[in-house]
Amino acid sequence: MSGVTIRDLSKAFPRGDGTVTQALENVNLEIGDTEFICLVGPSGCGKTTLLRIIAGLETATSGSVTIDGRAVTGPDPKRGMVFQEYSLFPWRKVVDNVAFGLEMKGVGKAERRKTADRYIEMVGLSQFRDAYPFELSGGMRQRVAIARALANDPDVLLMDEPFGALDAQTRNRMQKELLSLWEQTKKTIVFVTHSVDEAVYLSTRIVVLSPRPGSVREVIPIPWQHPRDRTSTEFADVRRKVLRMIDETENAQ
Amino acid sequence: MNRQTQKRLLGAAALVVAAVIWQIVAVYIVGRSFILPSVTDVAEAFVNLLGSGTLLTDAVVSLEHFGIGLIAALLLGVPIGILMGWFRVADFLLDPIIEILRPIPPLAWIPFAIIWFGLTTQAAGFVIFAGAFFPILTATYSAFRSVPKVFVEAGKVLGCDTSFELIRYVALPAALPAIASGIRIAMGVGWMCLVAAEMFGVSNYGLGYQLWHNYYLHQMPNVVVYMLILGFVGLAIDRIFRNYVDARLLRWHAGEVA
Repeated sequence: MSGVTIRDLSKAFPRGDGTVTQALENVNLEIGDTEFICLVGPSGCGKTTLLRIIAGLETATSGSVTIDGRAVTGPDPKRGMVFQEYSLFPWRKVVDNVAFGLEMKGVGKAERRKTADRYIEMVGLSQFRDAYPFELSGGMRQRVAIARALANDPDVLLMDEPFGALDAQTRNRMQKELLSLWEQTKKTIVFVTHSVDEAVYLSTRIVVLSPRPGSVREVIPIPWQHPRDRTSTEFADVRRKVLRMIDETENAQ
Repeated sequence: MNRQTQKRLLGAAALVVAAVIWQIVAVYIVGRSFILPSVTDVAEAFVNLLGSGTLLTDAVVSLEHFGIGLIAALLLGVPIGILMGWFRVADFLLDPIIEILRPIPPLAWIPFAIIWFGLTTQAAGFVIFAGAFFPILTATYSAFRSVPKVFVEAGKVLGCDTSFELIRYVALPAALPAIASGIRIAMGVGWMCLVAAEMFGVSNYGLGYQLWHNYYLHQMPNVVVYMLILGFVGLAIDRIFRNYVDARLLRWHAGEVA
């Protein structure tokens, strides 16, 4: 239903002195419907750039991203995005943040608030629906951000290190909750992370990018059921393998 | 006694002491009401002016001048600031003009205010506009330039398709606190320009006009009365605006800066 196809994608950023920085080169990737993909790779390999191109926030220099056969040309509410930084609108209450996308679609106030309430409940924040973002903790803010992206009923949910700023315990809890949301909503998720542990815990496939210019170095399927046991030997094996891959390339630079 | 009452009591006590010192200096050291009117001289002048009935008219006229100037400054300053802050082309086009006009002291516009509008409310309003426009414009401009990029991108991803929608639903609310402080500054400048505009004879009424008029008549206690009223009205305008902004417009902002 909602597959993402990335074909021969390259991205170069112009630099001040007239030269270019090649961020991505010939990225090819096929993401199936309801997959949970994690993008990992050494720092600066362009994983966030790749995600932003899928979101339509950056344009590729060459190549294409298509979703269900339609080319991505710009931002669209059909692709939800959760940012690393706190991106909630601080002047809106939780409920009106979550309802923002529906408001832009022209959905009436009563109806959009009803929908928003459903997603707020899904992320377990019903008693905070009338709170302003500054009253929420970091983990709660990211939950609202997820609810806000889901309220648009997107085909794909794009997440750019959404838990990067959270403490370890909150992060683990958020990972569990995200998996349960994924199972409830059956969204395709593309998730950028620095944490290999997080990637092994969450994804159905890990996509390891090579250093700049980034391209797909290896795709590692993780067929295990959720919830996964972080302390199992298989878990440790996969984590070691991915970490080694990233380390090698980082040292080769 | 809590902090708040303590603050009020001490403040009131200091005012009383200042008034007593003023009275002693005026009566026993200076001794001439023309050089330094005493507290009682000023109080008496105030009662007399209240009785003559022009005080209220003058205050209303001044507020009218102020209102015209400020509203005009808002109607032009905010939209132009938005255009320049959001669209690079508008910035490049208008910036040189603005930079040339901005350093001109607002009071330098008084001759043309009189020539263009005559001795009318609009003429006084124009001088106040000249003072209030630039603080509003620059505050709006820099507020728009510093809207966090992530808000704009979130707006785009959530379905804001046009610049108009992004401005209306994302940039403007994000910029509002900074615009509001620009408006506060503009009101202060405008209020100062008001006195000068009225003193220079753009109008035959108003608090500033009366202040100058009483100086010509050597009624120095009356001059002090008008000085104090100008101060109090200016203070009241600032307080009312700030309370309105904090309570209605920017309830969310208190938590952001704290």
